[in-house]
Amino acid sequence: MDEEYDIIILGTGLTECVLSGIFSVEGKKVLHIDRNDHYGGECASLNLTQLFRKFRNGEAPPEALGRDRDYNIDLIPKFMMANEELVKALVYTDVTRYVEFKLVSGSMVCRDQKISKVPATVGEALVSPLLGFFEKRRAKKFLEFVGNWKEDDIQTHNGLDLDKHTMTQVYEHFGLDTNSQEFIGHAMALHLNESYKTRPARETIERVMLYVTSVARYGSSPYIYPMYGLGELPQGFARLSAIYGGTYMLDTPVDEIVCDSDGKFVGVKSGNDTVKAKLVIGDPSYFQSRTRTIGKVVRSICLLEHPIPNSDNADSTQIIVPQAQANRKHDIYIASVSSTHCVVPKNFWVASVSTIVETDNPIAEIEMGIKLLGPIKERFDIVSDLHVPTETGAESQIYISKSYDATSHFVSVFEDIKDIYKRITGNELALSKRPTAEEEQAAFESNR
Amino acid sequence: MNNSNPTLRPRQYQFKLVLLGESAVGKSSVVLRFVKDRFDEYKESTIGAAFLTKTIALENGDTVKFEIWDTAGQERYKSLAPMYYRNANCAVVVYDITQTTSFERAQSWIQELKKQADSNIIIALAGNKIDLSDKRTVSTIEGQNFAEENNLLFFETSAKESTKISDIFTQLANKLVESRAIVAEAAAQQQSRAQDTLNLNNRNAGQGSDTCAC
Repeated sequence: MDEEYDIIILGTGLTECVLSGIFSVEGKKVLHIDRNDHYGGECASLNLTQLFRKFRNGEAPPEALGRDRDYNIDLIPKFMMANEELVKALVYTDVTRYVEFKLVSGSMVCRDQKISKVPATVGEALVSPLLGFFEKRRAKKFLEFVGNWKEDDIQTHNGLDLDKHTMTQVYEHFGLDTNSQEFIGHAMALHLNESYKTRPARETIERVMLYVTSVARYGSSPYIYPMYGLGELPQGFARLSAIYGGTYMLDTPVDEIVCDSDGKFVGVKSGNDTVKAKLVIGDPSYFQSRTRTIGKVVRSICLLEHPIPNSDNADSTQIIVPQAQANRKHDIYIASVSSTHCVVPKNFWVASVSTIVETDNPIAEIEMGIKLLGPIKERFDIVSDLHVPTETGAESQIYISKSYDATSHFVSVFEDIKDIYKRITGNELALSKRPTAEEEQAAFESNR
Repeated sequence: MNNSNPTLRPRQYQFKLVLLGESAVGKSSVVLRFVKDRFDEYKESTIGAAFLTKTIALENGDTVKFEIWDTAGQERYKSLAPMYYRNANCAVVVYDITQTTSFERAQSWIQELKKQADSNIIIALAGNKIDLSDKRTVSTIEGQNFAEENNLLFFETSAKESTKISDIFTQLANKLVESRAIVAEAAAQQQSRAQDTLNLNNRNAGQGSDTCAC
């Protein structure tokens, strides 16, 4: 461990592993350390033993739950939107050769305690029970507007300026009622609260476009999910990094971040060794004195022996309970996957219920989501702080990622990845296409 | 899919093979000899090509395609991911006959495979570097006994002199093809990949249409 590296990365969460892969491919010498004996950090997928070690003081899992290795339970429930940037990164880096994906069957919203599919196309809007007769035609007009939008063709703008008009003004323009506003703002644009309405409409229209183009990729829902759980994503990017020379050390304590007298990063101390590098990247848990808390999220992981009731027996689905339906400020999210995705044994489902904490009794805040699940076999509750760095890293060369927030997709995670990359290099992240397995094989075979 | 029609000969099979063993025992050299019939004396640790395929023909005309996963160095500090073992049909565990610790490490990799990999997995144990037999510290009988006790195929090899390297893969191929359970499982995996999983690389794939009522 006496060697010197370009970059030391602490923690093997998704953000850290994607950056590790990108920098290794660019030729940087990367040392990647995790204090845990498994990949994934805060966003790992755990097997039964790990799950019971974390939540039940190491108690032995009941035999009825089946084999340890049939479980890959996500600590942070999220789905990927088929058209989001993380998916493009997976394709460009060809990490898709290590990870396989399946479509999530359903995208649903709960209104008046009833669960309905979120209409994403004009055709679906016209038959959706969420919309009244006149409302259907207005929603159709709005979806056509989004679908036809071309930035440089003012004809398609309907007289709206997305940077000037607020989303409320756009809703008024199309005459959309609160019902439609609820599913557009919460179930399609995936806003967690109502604050978006008074901001310029561009943000929301872009989110609706992401939703609509994601549905158009594979049909039925905009969401995709990796076989064996989200923990495959950091593992896949870590493998990419290793193939390009990155060094991996799991189960390695990080005792001290060593800085010089100007406060600039020097190295990382583990036991009696100090490894030096030009800069360090890490998740907030390695830099507690350099982060602050901006809120809390409550997440409840529930094992079920049945699909979520009234979800069309879906093997996987997302259900959003919009904040107004729950008399709250923030939406409640339910994400459910099953043995179809090799995350639980046959005849099991796992549903995670989450929301942003608003009171002193966070567990009670998700009760309305929990009630939709039917009988629960095992339940694990987590309340976690959301941390953000208090410094950019420009002075100290210490670059800290953000905690995984309450959003249901990876848009904010990828924003953080791009932001850290730019803070470090001064450049925008531009991924170049990695050769496919076939191209690499051909190059290998012709190389005599 | 490859072996969807079992009555037609010759059949084509595809299996995932993972390499394991302590650093510097010659894992990559074994694969390089097998895939390209070549040896690099001063090859340092594995960078770049950690995923290769090689197809071999069996005597009856059937072909077996090995999808070979190299550790990419992640074994060095015990940092191999569960992803590595996932759906592996066979493994080659390599040790260096001149390094007793590498033989001990090989034994713990076998335990790890039994814990992490599929229970049907077929494992070959290879004592490499027999070209350095004057420095040998692990006897043939030690290797053989351990292999027998654990139901492993056993070879003593030299990637440098091309001794017994192709035998590992040929015998693995034969044993895999004989094992109905593994063949059925590999076929099922390929089937499921073809049917339900998404091809993200194909930008035009699966375009849902506006009128889709699914």
